[in-house]
Amino acid sequence: MASVNFGFGISKPRVIDIDRNNLRKSDEILLEMPELQTCIGCGSCTASCTAGNLTSFNFRKVHALVRRGEYAGAYEEMNKCMLCGKCRLLCPRGINTRGVVMLIKRKLGDF
Amino acid sequence: MRARKVVIIGGGVAGMQTALRLRALGEEPIIIEREAQLGGKVRNWYLLFPTFIPSADVVEPLMRAVKEQGIEVHLGCEVVQFDNHRVELADGERIDCDAVALCSGSTIFDARLKEEYGYGIYDNVYTSVDIERMMAEGRMPERSPRRVAILHCVGSRDEKVCQRHCSKVCCITGVKQAIELKKLYPKADVFNFYMDIRMFGPGYEELYHTAQRNYNVHFVRGRISEASPLMDGCIQIKAEDTLTGRPLRMSVDMLILLVGMRANDDNVRFAESAGLRLADSGFMRAADLFAGNVRSSREGIFYAGTITAPKSIGEVLNEGVVVADSIVDYLNKQEG
Repeated sequence: MASVNFGFGISKPRVIDIDRNNLRKSDEILLEMPELQTCIGCGSCTASCTAGNLTSFNFRKVHALVRRGEYAGAYEEMNKCMLCGKCRLLCPRGINTRGVVMLIKRKLGDF
Repeated sequence: MRARKVVIIGGGVAGMQTALRLRALGEEPIIIEREAQLGGKVRNWYLLFPTFIPSADVVEPLMRAVKEQGIEVHLGCEVVQFDNHRVELADGERIDCDAVALCSGSTIFDARLKEEYGYGIYDNVYTSVDIERMMAEGRMPERSPRRVAILHCVGSRDEKVCQRHCSKVCCITGVKQAIELKKLYPKADVFNFYMDIRMFGPGYEELYHTAQRNYNVHFVRGRISEASPLMDGCIQIKAEDTLTGRPLRMSVDMLILLVGMRANDDNVRFAESAGLRLADSGFMRAADLFAGNVRSSREGIFYAGTITAPKSIGEVLNEGVVVADSIVDYLNKQEG
């Protein structure tokens, strides 16, 4: 007898599981640019971001996810950045944010 | 002019500094200490933030000076009750005096009350106080942990355990211990879980930056909700990584709870016997928080140190000086 589809499915877990995630790329990124670790999550990068005001792009969130080993979609997200550099003018920790965009794209381009 | 007697309740850094300053001003301080030794809690710490000097560098010169100055010290003595002219000890002795400085400090929060973190139930869950002692005694695990989590605000900023106040120095202690762990175990990943990072002192923000930039310490904004043991002895923790808006889970080899300072249970009794006022946090309430922050609401009774609120050692040492000045000022006015 064919199984009846009641419309239920299994949701994919949203949890970030540090034990399962492969942190190698994340470690490489932090090794190359240790200043990224100094992000205090103030969000001035995202607030000033032209791309972020028009699309769902959120630079702060994407690099935070990458640091936790959540790479899926990060490369595509970073492609929304137009490299205008306003975020770099504002970052209170002096992070080279444009450099971070390029680094993440370089490291995850083949992912 | 005769030297006036000032009883100092508590022989930690606050009490010793107050006594030394009073002696320098020509008065006669008497220290009453509950423990068998002077030095208070600071004696149990390993290295002090933000400069990593040994705690002994602060405590020992004070203890030596107290001895050299021949200051009267009663060790192993508990104060039952007091007012501004008389202090009554547990052994029945009564000391008449001209003023009292209450320097009896605060109590470390008992981490077992936060049962969800498993302190005292699972192995590999420690408090920041345990870590200080283990570091000082060279008893840290020989084998490098793979991953360590440090949880901020255990027993502070938490209404569930009736501790609404911020304990102030735990954030910087967490940063300091994270760096110490990375120095000891360079290969370990250290994660600090925080609600807010409060770097209030000189050099603290710089140390936080150093921990991130030079030691690759991870900071996750989110409070751990629970810890549970795994088969292999690791601890699994759950939190929200609030900056990504996603739940986060990981197993760690060590979970360190940054326990806060809470008010002494004695404060209630002291407040009743001497007619003093308590703050909502249970700490003593100073006359006011500006020009009168070492005075109580009663004449002749003064405060110094963490009896009024959590404070750093430097702040406590400053208060010792200020309280001695205020006491002398008060005594001079009394004599007209």
